Amino acid sequence: MRDSTALVSNEQKFQARIDAEEKVEPKDWMPEKYRQNLIRQISQHAHSEVIGEQPEGKWITRAPTLERKAILMAKVQDEAGHGLYLYASAETLGVTRDELIDRLHTGASKYASIFNYPSLTWADIGAIGWLVDSAAIVNQVSLQNTSYGPYARAMVRICKEESFHQRQGYNIMMTLMQGAELQRDMAQDALNRWWWPSLMMFGPHDAESAHSAQSMKWKIKRRSNDELRQQFVDQAVQQAEAIGLTVPDPDLHWNEARGHYDFGEIDWQEFQRVVSGNGPCNRQRLAHHMDAHNEGAWVREAMAAFDAKHRTPPAEVA
Amino acid sequence: MSDQLQLYEVFIRSSRGLDHKHVGSLHADDPQQALEYARDVYTRRGEGISIWVVASRDVTASQESDCESFYDPLDDKPYRHAAMYELPEGVDSL
Repeated sequence: MRDSTALVSNEQKFQARIDAEEKVEPKDWMPEKYRQNLIRQISQHAHSEVIGEQPEGKWITRAPTLERKAILMAKVQDEAGHGLYLYASAETLGVTRDELIDRLHTGASKYASIFNYPSLTWADIGAIGWLVDSAAIVNQVSLQNTSYGPYARAMVRICKEESFHQRQGYNIMMTLMQGAELQRDMAQDALNRWWWPSLMMFGPHDAESAHSAQSMKWKIKRRSNDELRQQFVDQAVQQAEAIGLTVPDPDLHWNEARGHYDFGEIDWQEFQRVVSGNGPCNRQRLAHHMDAHNEGAWVREAMAAFDAKHRTPPAEVA
Repeated sequence: MSDQLQLYEVFIRSSRGLDHKHVGSLHADDPQQALEYARDVYTRRGEGISIWVVASRDVTASQESDCESFYDPLDDKPYRHAAMYELPEGVDSL
């Protein structure tokens, strides 16, 4: 009885802190569901950074110039770093890296479904940097104000690095649009294929989003899926037009009264299909991650052996 | 006595949401004592809400004299900065 009273009061104190816009730090008391909700969201975010290296990494050896190759390598390297910031932030909640990777491999933990689409041409590298990273930034800027301190700080660091990603992608698209007809067609084709999956990145409509209400109350999420999606559309349409690209949505038009673009409905069946594991590349992405993880096992073992050797005093060895 | 005291580095979180920042160091007999000394020395006027102390000998630091070779491969990559990429007319923010 006394325990349950204490718990209620802990939760009230916790919510009061959240309502007062104070950050939660690792050693604070927090509701178990807050902890689990955060682990789910941060690890999903971390996995997305890491799995996202695959569609781009594939083009490193085929980049059209040495400069583009160096730029793409730098970007993919950044994504690995972002994964690390986020895994480290999740680990402050008492979960281990191994557990997180295991959940990715068993499918218990998701990653952004956009990375289950293939990168078919060089223009896709432009479209990914421009659209996918733009969408990620819109979301991440709002997460700089998330209630959990380590997550918020990781977001600040990541956002600082992302603007290069977005700009190099847009620069690829712009360069293609200044080229021959074949190149312009290639850019337009990439936009056609990546536009709708980019809109899906923001998740289901607010009314249908499974975790949204509680996440907003706890200020893990600061803005709703639909608000963020709208912001992305408003920015991206202007950017597409500026370089002569056409957004593949017949229902898209400027709504003077709202001060925003109206846009067509997302194909939610496709969204569900890809989220539940049946997109074009789901199996390939996971299999590649598992292979890379397993092929790296000997390195981890060698490091552990080296560490053990140096911890053992020479006298005991003899 | 004094040669038995350890040097500790002190880090303070000035308010929730911010990183712990290095503020200085002090001598103490053990980590608990270092924490109490740090409280007395560095937070007398509400400077912090959380303190970390780390034995200075546990800090592994890069060497200023190695800067040139240590950071060498990082300095020649202007393309890591957003400012390298020019925006077309009509696009003000990206």
